[in-house]
Amino acid sequence: MTRYFTDKLAKYIVFISGFTSFIILLLIALFILREGLPAFSEIGVFDFIFGTVWRPGIDQYGILSMIVGSIAVTIVSMIMAVPLGIACAILLAEVAPSKVRNILRPAVELLVGIPSVVYGLVGLVLLVPIISNIGGSGFSILTASIVLMVMVLPTIISISEDSIRAIPVSYREGALALGATKWQTIKGVVLPAAKSGIGAGIVLGMGRAIGETMAMIMVIGNSIAFPGSLLDAARTLTGNIALEINYATGTHESALFATGVVLFIFILLLNSVATVFLKRGSNAQRLS
Amino acid sequence: MTIYNFNGQTCRGGKIKVKNLNFYYGSFQALRDINLDIPGCAITAIIGPSGCGKSSFLRLLNRMNDLIYGSRIEGSIELDGNNIFDKAVDVVELRKNVGMVFQKPNPFPISIFDNIAFGPKQHGKKSKIELEEIVENSLKQAALWEEVKDKLGQSALALSGGQQQRLCIARVLSVEPQVILMDEPCSALDPMATLKIEDLMRTLAKNYTIIIVTHNMQQAARVSDTTAFFMMEPDRAGSLVEYGSTSEIFTNPKDKRTEDYITGRFG
Ligand SMILES: Nc1ncnc2c1ncn2[C@@H]1O[C@H](COP(=O)(O)OP(=O)(O)OP(=O)(O)O)[C@@H](O)[C@H]1O
Ligand SMILES: [Mg+2]
Repeated sequence: MTRYFTDKLAKYIVFISGFTSFIILLLIALFILREGLPAFSEIGVFDFIFGTVWRPGIDQYGILSMIVGSIAVTIVSMIMAVPLGIACAILLAEVAPSKVRNILRPAVELLVGIPSVVYGLVGLVLLVPIISNIGGSGFSILTASIVLMVMVLPTIISISEDSIRAIPVSYREGALALGATKWQTIKGVVLPAAKSGIGAGIVLGMGRAIGETMAMIMVIGNSIAFPGSLLDAARTLTGNIALEINYATGTHESALFATGVVLFIFILLLNSVATVFLKRGSNAQRLS
Repeated sequence: MTIYNFNGQTCRGGKIKVKNLNFYYGSFQALRDINLDIPGCAITAIIGPSGCGKSSFLRLLNRMNDLIYGSRIEGSIELDGNNIFDKAVDVVELRKNVGMVFQKPNPFPISIFDNIAFGPKQHGKKSKIELEEIVENSLKQAALWEEVKDKLGQSALALSGGQQQRLCIARVLSVEPQVILMDEPCSALDPMATLKIEDLMRTLAKNYTIIIVTHNMQQAARVSDTTAFFMMEPDRAGSLVEYGSTSEIFTNPKDKRTEDYITGRFG
């Protein structure tokens, strides 16, 4: 009798906590939407999203340059982080002797815990001068992308490594017993088997990249001009909100919330992609 | 030890000669002083109680135990006269020649076609036509072609257990081995699927040397030409108790322990 009671209790507790967090999330979304709606109706959805001029002083609210800024840093950082991250994950999971791994793995995990302002600071002091040697002021999309790459690497590495490790020994043995070399086994069997997990890691890393605010503000230059190259300064959606919300009022304030809505939609899209990836992974595991 | 050679004709199946073999996991001796001549193009069954080192022995034959840290070997195993532990031997080449089918079917989580094509691809066969031919031939040899020919692009994980095991056999055949090792290949299968695999083994034995570990005495009696009976010594090291033609072992065992084991009195 008591066994069933605890069972039921556990079920309700889990249900209620799950439901609560869902409700909170929904309320936040609704709140942002409500605050942002006036901007959408006053400025017009099209002009807001595709307008290239952001000048609150003369009531011009177009965020296209920031959308481009956010997407640019995300894509450029992922182009660098994905191959590096997967390579590191393979190194940790398959190649490195356990001694090396026991040092590297905690180090990678430690990187996740460092506050983003510290990454921004390091980027500001070390990277900005180096990039300015190549061209421009040094505050640029490229600088921001490199900082972001370092920030998302731990996520990609640890999730990819976990999913590589979760591949059953039987797959490896099957491949090796066919006369495949270690590298052929990794490339031909282990990575394809781990691809949904690795994909989920990449998407989570992207989510982190697109949401990153502080470090971006510190190194990207925050220019409202439309960026023409990777060495130009730019502004991200998140940075736009953080920089102006303190003094914004009226339509300006609402436009910042509307920026948040756009960001929210981006992240929602990314998360659905991640969910699809994860689901596919667990399906494959269940069948095996 | 007598050498049993069943069909004098030439076949691709290799002969294996095990000489004074000792095998250790660290300080634990898992196999002691094994001497064994395995005939080519025949089926040899390895039987014995759990933990007596049957799997360890089998995994020595394609050097899968190389992967186990701290494992060590003394003595030699010759495949057609060449010691497989020789420094000059390429392990990758050896494993291509000595294929292995595992206890639990382990198809890769990719398509049926890619499962079979994987091995040949690693050994340099790249052209689509060539691969298609190999896939079809291997599946036909493994008696699986008719069941899967219309769904080669589908995931191999969607097949039944028995089909998966035949797929794994086809996968081994795709790299044209001389010897096929099978570690309890039917223990996860139902009787019908088991019979199919046994039929398949009989057919394959015309061309390949097959060594099968099994706990199923009827299976050993039904399918094999020679049988080796392993047992643990008091220190848990496995040793070869008796080896001979299967009919001899099952009808007229020389060792009392063999008789007790096959009649089910212990083990
Ligand atoms: N990787 C390993 N490291 C250390 N000891 C091992 C390892 N694998 C097996 N052993 C030991 O070696 C002995 C023989 O094991 P093995 O798996 O070869 O037995 P088996 O005859 O195949 O048994 P079963 O019939 O249960 O499959 C056992 O005592 C086992 O505990
Ligand atoms: Mg075993």
